[in-house]
Amino acid sequence: MSRDQALSKDEMAALVAKDIAPGSFVNLGIGQPTLVADFLPEGSGVVLHTENGMLNMGPAATEGEVDPDLINAGKIPVTELPGASYFHHADSFAMMRGGHLDVCVLGAFQVSATGDLANWHTGAPGAIPAVGGAMDLAIGAKSVFVMMGLFAKDGTPKLVLDCTYPLTGVGCVDRVYTDVATFDITSDGVVVTDTFGISYDELTDRLEVPLVRG
Amino acid sequence: MRVRICATAAEAVADVADGATVLIGGFGMAGMPVQLIDALIEQGAGDLTVVSNNAGNGDAGLAALLAKGRVRKVICSFPRQQDSWVFDGLYRAGKVELELVPQGNLAERMRAAGAGIGAFFCPTGVGTPLAEGKETREIDGRTYVLEYPIRGDVALVGAHRADRMGNVVYRKTARNFGPVMATAATTTIVQVAEVVETGELDPEAIVTPSIYVDRIVTG
Repeated sequence: MSRDQALSKDEMAALVAKDIAPGSFVNLGIGQPTLVADFLPEGSGVVLHTENGMLNMGPAATEGEVDPDLINAGKIPVTELPGASYFHHADSFAMMRGGHLDVCVLGAFQVSATGDLANWHTGAPGAIPAVGGAMDLAIGAKSVFVMMGLFAKDGTPKLVLDCTYPLTGVGCVDRVYTDVATFDITSDGVVVTDTFGISYDELTDRLEVPLVRG
Repeated sequence: MRVRICATAAEAVADVADGATVLIGGFGMAGMPVQLIDALIEQGAGDLTVVSNNAGNGDAGLAALLAKGRVRKVICSFPRQQDSWVFDGLYRAGKVELELVPQGNLAERMRAAGAGIGAFFCPTGVGTPLAEGKETREIDGRTYVLEYPIRGDVALVGAHRADRMGNVVYRKTARNFGPVMATAATTTIVQVAEVVETGELDPEAIVTPSIYVDRIVTG
């Protein structure tokens, strides 16, 4: 579905949602990945996991529904759907580490050509490091999808040969959704699966990462 | 030993010693044992190592304990939040030590402590700065990092209801670290909204069995 315009954040989220198989158990990371929930088709049977200890999480709570005991990983009040379950943190992270979670969708500062992920710490002096569940999610889910803008504000690519930011996980990313292209990270290299508002040639010009035309 | 139902939070935390490792439940404010933390501030124990997911919100609870200078070291997964200014200031001034632990490892290291596991090989963090200097091993083609248990002298847990035996149930996502911390400390103190008569909680639904609980106080 190549087209001549970059994707909006909602369009990226819709694209990710389309690639999530019905009935999957899915964790959506804090920030942009949360948008994916809005585009899961009704009746998809996708069960959302939140790492603070819940399966079948519902949408964000509206004003009358707020319960301080019912929050998501971003500490936003949420709701429960029929069939929801609660569990403690060790169980919640065993679900990830044990390979029971089908998909997680994460944001990123950088992704490398071999699927290394950097998304927890800029390493800047004075920055207070905070990791949360990012490292557990990165290595735990069966498929790890990243959603990010392909280029930083200064134009430097975020899909790189080697991450310069501190790593979250090694070789863990399977697919990268960006505003201008989607990529599969495979053992044969980085495969461009779609482009939006950029030509394949321009993409190869702007990225140092060797690309394979999908 | 039988559980003690304490009349006040002050009584429940009266013997927390200087230098203790204190496990504090809660994820954000859900499951945060606020009355117990306030009582610990009153009680005055210092030089504490605090193990908790976050490093305090706003100016109350754990943030207040930090602000009083009672905490030597924080072991947590996510100190930096919009309202973590107390920790941020202390950390930047070098007045508090931080051991940053991935959230799942934090839970599993306490689970290991409670379950009598000496150490475990974990895939989380391999190849990242948080695994630097740690022993690794390749098992069936995958690399793992050796992680050691985290034991507490005291656990402060926020829960929903307890019976007079000390059986405990939680509410929704406020369960978070409570059940794991309750197993991992020498003395587990649980703050609940309500204490009910023994037999009133469904035995099939007990989350923390009484064997893990030493003291109960209503908050």
